[in-house]
Amino acid sequence: MTFLLQVQAILWKDIRCELRSRQTWISMGLFALLVLVIFNFAFDLRVDNKAAIAPGALWVAFVFASLLGLGRTIASEREKGSMDRLMLCPVDRKAIYLAKLLGNMLFIAVVEVVALPVFAVLFNVPLISGELLPIVLLGTLGIATIGTLFSAIAAATQARELLLPILVFPLIVPVVIGAVRATGALMVSSVNEPPWLGLMVAFDVIFLSVSMLMFEYVIEE
Amino acid sequence: MSAPYLEINGLKKTYSLKPILRGIDVVLDQGKCMALLGANGTGKTTLLRILACLTKPEAGTVRIGGLDIGQEVQRIRLLVGFVGHQPNLYDELTVIENLLFFGRMYAVKKAYEQAVTLLEQVGLARRSSERVGTLSRGQQQRLSLARALLHSPRLLLLDEPDAGLDDEGIELLEELIRERAEQGGTTLFTTHNFERAVKFSDQICMLSGGRVVYQQVTTGLEAGGVRLAYLEALR
Repeated sequence: MTFLLQVQAILWKDIRCELRSRQTWISMGLFALLVLVIFNFAFDLRVDNKAAIAPGALWVAFVFASLLGLGRTIASEREKGSMDRLMLCPVDRKAIYLAKLLGNMLFIAVVEVVALPVFAVLFNVPLISGELLPIVLLGTLGIATIGTLFSAIAAATQARELLLPILVFPLIVPVVIGAVRATGALMVSSVNEPPWLGLMVAFDVIFLSVSMLMFEYVIEE
Repeated sequence: MSAPYLEINGLKKTYSLKPILRGIDVVLDQGKCMALLGANGTGKTTLLRILACLTKPEAGTVRIGGLDIGQEVQRIRLLVGFVGHQPNLYDELTVIENLLFFGRMYAVKKAYEQAVTLLEQVGLARRSSERVGTLSRGQQQRLSLARALLHSPRLLLLDEPDAGLDDEGIELLEELIRERAEQGGTTLFTTHNFERAVKFSDQICMLSGGRVVYQQVTTGLEAGGVRLAYLEALR
């Protein structure tokens, strides 16, 4: 019970700080919209091209916007020294990780809620449906799981803005490929398509477990 | 005679192959206050960070309230309060929200009542609904002190707590340390001010090059004498 209360308290604190500072959400949202607009003008979007291009454009926007937010997750607490004060508390380090992960997922979800309708209009695809929800959820969880862990590693270094993408991109490739292909399959159904959702579930379960176990060693000095 | 509350034996710590602590031995009885003196880079902050379970030592043992720091970290965290020379608060949260957040982290019962009492003690009761970012440095340091006392720690660690405090704030700090000692609370603080060290503490401990070079009870001791001993120890 204490564990969940601590997760809730840290999450509440992060959300409240973000709502008041508006440092992360606005930059993430603007970045995602900018990527979608540029891609919309850059690519030839004839009907036969859409299924190949649109899902990629959508997930590029989500991934890059997410990284903007993920980089700030722990770095801002380290910069202000408040992470030390959090580490002084008798809190299970898994509770800190879980709260940061949920916070990141929420920040990314807000961006996705704003970007998805814009994407549907710009690319003229009837993509917003119940089937898209699990894809976006699993993709976001995969990106946030890896990103939260590695933002803790990167935050302890001088070159965190450089290091975070280098560490995160190679690891999230499977889940991003799964998300792109599963999103594409919603637009054009194809035979012999691998079970992308299953792959994403497996990815999320494995990396969530590993990250929960590793976070304590990453965050402790 | 009171029992030792803090026992440090042969404590060593190295950063990037540079030894910071080279075998520290310190004993502090319950209800006593110790001032830790030493030039910059002598390991005072590192020592406090180890005691606060923020950094792990490489060698040696530390026992706080009879608990081993290597084995009972979470229980020790409940016993220890820490104030750094930077307030390290959440600027976007209000004064009371900061305290209530840490109250939940330490599972403090009646956290709100405790927070209000502490804010009155540190002279911030009227600013409880203001954001921390709008407070002055000295006010933030007072709030940092209130935060450290929120869970009623048995051992209070203060790393240059006088930094940024005005005369009134320093008087308040002195009063809090005295009150704690009367209630059986143990305090360890670092300072560069010899007068303050003698005035506030029961014992003085000087570090130089990561070693304890001078340890003395302050009864009958004067700041001038401490300064001379300090210079002597540095030779």
